[in-house]
Amino acid sequence: MNRKSARRLAVTFVLTATVAAAGLLAGQMAPDSASAAPIRVGFVAPLSGAYAQNGRDILNGLRLYLEQIGSQAAGRKIELIVEDDEAIPANSLTKARKLVERDQVNIMAGALLSSTGYALAPYIESSQIPMIYPVVSADDLTQRLRGKWIIRTGWSGSQPEHPFGNYAYNTLKLRKVATIALDYAFGWESVGGFQRTFEAAGGKVTQKIWTPVSVHDFAPYLAQVSRDVDAVYALFLGRSALQFMRQYQEFGLKKRILLIGAGTTTDEHVLPAMGDEAIGAITVLHYSAALDTPANRAFVAAYRQKYNKLPSYYAESMYTGAKWMVAAIEAVHGHVEDREAFLHALRTVKPTDLPRGPVELDEYGNPVENVYVRKVERVNGALQNTVIATFPHVSQFWKYDPASYLSLPLYTRQTVPPPPNLLQP
Amino acid sequence: MGEASSNFDRAASTARTRLSRRKLGILIAGLVGLAVLPPILTSYWVGLLTQALIFGVLAMSLDILLGYTGMPSFGHAGFFGVAAYAVAVFSTRYHARFLVSALAGLVIGTLLGAAFGLLVSHVRDVYFLMITLALGMVLWGLSYRWIPVTGGDNGISDIPRLATRLGVSWSAPLPFYYLTLVVFIACGGLLMLLVHSPFGLTLQGIRESESRMKSLGVNTWLHRYLSYVIAGAFASIAGIVWAYYNGFVGPTYLDLTASSEIFLMVTLGGPGTLAGPAIGAGAIVLLKNVISTYTQRWLLILGAVYIVTILWAPQGLWNLGANRRPKT
Repeated sequence: MNRKSARRLAVTFVLTATVAAAGLLAGQMAPDSASAAPIRVGFVAPLSGAYAQNGRDILNGLRLYLEQIGSQAAGRKIELIVEDDEAIPANSLTKARKLVERDQVNIMAGALLSSTGYALAPYIESSQIPMIYPVVSADDLTQRLRGKWIIRTGWSGSQPEHPFGNYAYNTLKLRKVATIALDYAFGWESVGGFQRTFEAAGGKVTQKIWTPVSVHDFAPYLAQVSRDVDAVYALFLGRSALQFMRQYQEFGLKKRILLIGAGTTTDEHVLPAMGDEAIGAITVLHYSAALDTPANRAFVAAYRQKYNKLPSYYAESMYTGAKWMVAAIEAVHGHVEDREAFLHALRTVKPTDLPRGPVELDEYGNPVENVYVRKVERVNGALQNTVIATFPHVSQFWKYDPASYLSLPLYTRQTVPPPPNLLQP
Repeated sequence: MGEASSNFDRAASTARTRLSRRKLGILIAGLVGLAVLPPILTSYWVGLLTQALIFGVLAMSLDILLGYTGMPSFGHAGFFGVAAYAVAVFSTRYHARFLVSALAGLVIGTLLGAAFGLLVSHVRDVYFLMITLALGMVLWGLSYRWIPVTGGDNGISDIPRLATRLGVSWSAPLPFYYLTLVVFIACGGLLMLLVHSPFGLTLQGIRESESRMKSLGVNTWLHRYLSYVIAGAFASIAGIVWAYYNGFVGPTYLDLTASSEIFLMVTLGGPGTLAGPAIGAGAIVLLKNVISTYTQRWLLILGAVYIVTILWAPQGLWNLGANRRPKT
């Protein structure tokens, strides 16, 4: 190929890519001829990159519920617009702008990481579009930095850990615990929540080990774990959870020290890939796919049928989020254009038959829900998170007075604030 | 690296000659388009153009290093990010006004360039690339781990929006766009003056043959050092605007992905041309956002665009068609 034609080819290719994209765009911008315009739902989550699997699980939950209701609510069609943010906050913001300003969505849903959650919040508040965070668990989003337009249908990071701290002391009879966790806000808040109530009950976190989020080998960290603790508390997810479990056994720790931890460590997004090394681990979360209720059995069966795998808590969170959204749409009889009324409905509806059990929002926009202590067991050949204890109706403030709780600082790597005043009955 | 840098050399050969009439026409038409089109576009497109302009400034600043002085920096997003963090810290923690915060961003970014320049200006080629890469990673690590100041992984959000002055709400999409356009034109103009000045020509001389420039009595270390500091200063300007545009900062602003993306913008557009990197930045911002709307496989398409460009237009988009290199 001579130089000239090669150049021409290159120009043509790049131009075609641009023009084709612009053409598709123009096609989309054509006015809608339908009389009853659909309700547009904007969804943003990582669908490529390191967090793609978690993002896809979230999307699966949303798609499953929309399919179940025929993408219709209150007589209006629901149109889903999906955007990929690669878990990069600046990209999430660009995508959110696109969804709000170009696609004119009526409601937003999605986001996975806390960093994304915090980055989106100011924009969502200023553009006054209701948004559902199904998964983002950063405590302060519904605490010290809460806004008006964002509601959570998932959880806040320290929420399940508060009862778990008590449980570890009172029921598991643990006295000394070492923690090992991913070194970022989600880790600090979970470990902090556990430590606060565990120590308030009389226990002691004797050792706190932090590993980088990109950790590959746990050997240097596991070697530090002191052998005189009653249990090791672990917080990992995805690849790091798999690797941790394997190495915990290889180090001979599994036989000697009980493994407890945050729910993501044995969540169903990693559990099927684990082996016997996971058996016996006790973790805590607001959901378990093994939860034996009619609503959850139906959800798990439907999810399995459509996606051929177990639903993770990511999938359940967005499934519940979708149910939440649809309940609110029905409460305002489809008039989602009245945003204030729609937001009010989102904050007050109480959808029933949720897979994870009863849920309602507190006045801060965070769910009050059951928290489940689960133990990994092998049942019929497959690992599952068997629920061994249930704490009903757990608030993000646990049994503390919200005002007192909020006057104390957030959990960080270094500090775990003292227990706040208890709520007066 | 010798091969690669000779590619840059060839790419840059066009800059030595004055802009051809045709390119000048394209440039003016482009600027006029950027000035008059936005009012008829939706706010989403105005936002994308704003992003393209900000990354245009950033890519042009890297071009000073990569295209003109021949120093392939792989940590350039560091300046961009540090300036953005400076703005965030000053405006949220100390509640500084816009001008103070912006100035702080510029000063800190430039000082950082002055400090890092001392470490990197004596090396060339792949060694320069490695050291800048390492420094970039250090900055990223700092942003990630210096939690009391940077907020760690969560970053800093809620940077105050620009206030309403002279009856214009500057944080609204259109006014902010024009503000960015002014910054873009000012930076582009200054950089254009710089590369055509004796100083800029010396930089190109160093790129072509440092030993010859030395034998001519030029202090090549100082020239390389200054070009590094200047590039850092302009990258800081881009970072300041980016911080205000997004309203938050986070570690992803200065990670390796960000640095390599700027690198791609410059090589895609044509190093050593200034206009090329700006166009490359615009092309990448638009392609990325538009394609990813339609397919989750958009990274594949973007990758194909890079490969096609590298294979058949190694001198970048801006050097396509026009200036034919004389046969040697």
